[in-house]
Amino acid sequence: MVLQAVFFYIFAGICVASAVMVIASRNPVHSVLFLILAFFNAAGLFILLGAEFLAMLLVVVYVGAVMVLFLFVVMMLDVDFVELRQGFLQYLPVGALVGIILLVELLLGLGAWVIGPEVTAQVATPTPALSEASNIQALGEVIYTRYVYFFQVAGLVLLVAMVGAIVLTLRHKEGVRRQDVSAQVARNKATAIEVRKVETGKGI
Amino acid sequence: MTIGLSHYLTVAAILFTIGIFGIFLNRKNVIVILMSIELLLLAVNINLVAFSSYLGDLVGQVFALLVLTVAAAEAAIGLAILVAFYRNRGSIAVEDVNMMKG
Repeated sequence: MVLQAVFFYIFAGICVASAVMVIASRNPVHSVLFLILAFFNAAGLFILLGAEFLAMLLVVVYVGAVMVLFLFVVMMLDVDFVELRQGFLQYLPVGALVGIILLVELLLGLGAWVIGPEVTAQVATPTPALSEASNIQALGEVIYTRYVYFFQVAGLVLLVAMVGAIVLTLRHKEGVRRQDVSAQVARNKATAIEVRKVETGKGI
Repeated sequence: MTIGLSHYLTVAAILFTIGIFGIFLNRKNVIVILMSIELLLLAVNINLVAFSSYLGDLVGQVFALLVLTVAAAEAAIGLAILVAFYRNRGSIAVEDVNMMKG
């Protein structure tokens, strides 16, 4: 129990500290790297909560894909980031005000709630004991049966995002010779060759 | 010394506040704004997983899965828009985003 508390404080502390560094660091590359650290520690928190599959998903999807995408974009764009920092202190008071109000509201909300007994009695899909099924097995038995539409919608969202990203960034350069399959298939004898009768001793 | 639900909710609340704060603080830099949105979604995910764990209900983790998917899609689309915008204007400053005069 003590070990759990120690690891919770380690993960939570590093997660919050690196989140602060994400928004405070001067270099966006450092921001991305601190965001990776924050996601790693959030994955640690997920493991402490017993959601191993989501923890692995966070590491694989976020750190492996999304953050690398961020890193590529940050390094690809040739932007003067120092100039973008202008007015940093100008926005500090209003940002701090909104942030503090939000934090106070959230913490007041946290202090006031209790979970009603009827909520725990009406659990939709109870988590099976760890001796019966692991987290990933239990989650799989739920998302492929009862929440299969959720799963399909998630896939559709990713498909639309993929198509949208390609449409937004793909551009056709002028003067590049491309294969035109329909034109190739539509060729016939009349368009492909020309038969000339060449007389002897004269050119065409 | 036992770690309860409220500990996780506090961490999520702090992360959420940092995310909101980051949007205000880096109003000129779209990349950091996108990263702040990722922090907000991470905080929401921590909330969902914490409640799922303490109520013994798996649905919270299914929701968290969906939130993760939407966050990944949002990051991809946002960065694609950013790259397309940078190609057209040569800048990613937020105040330059005024082509539609909105």
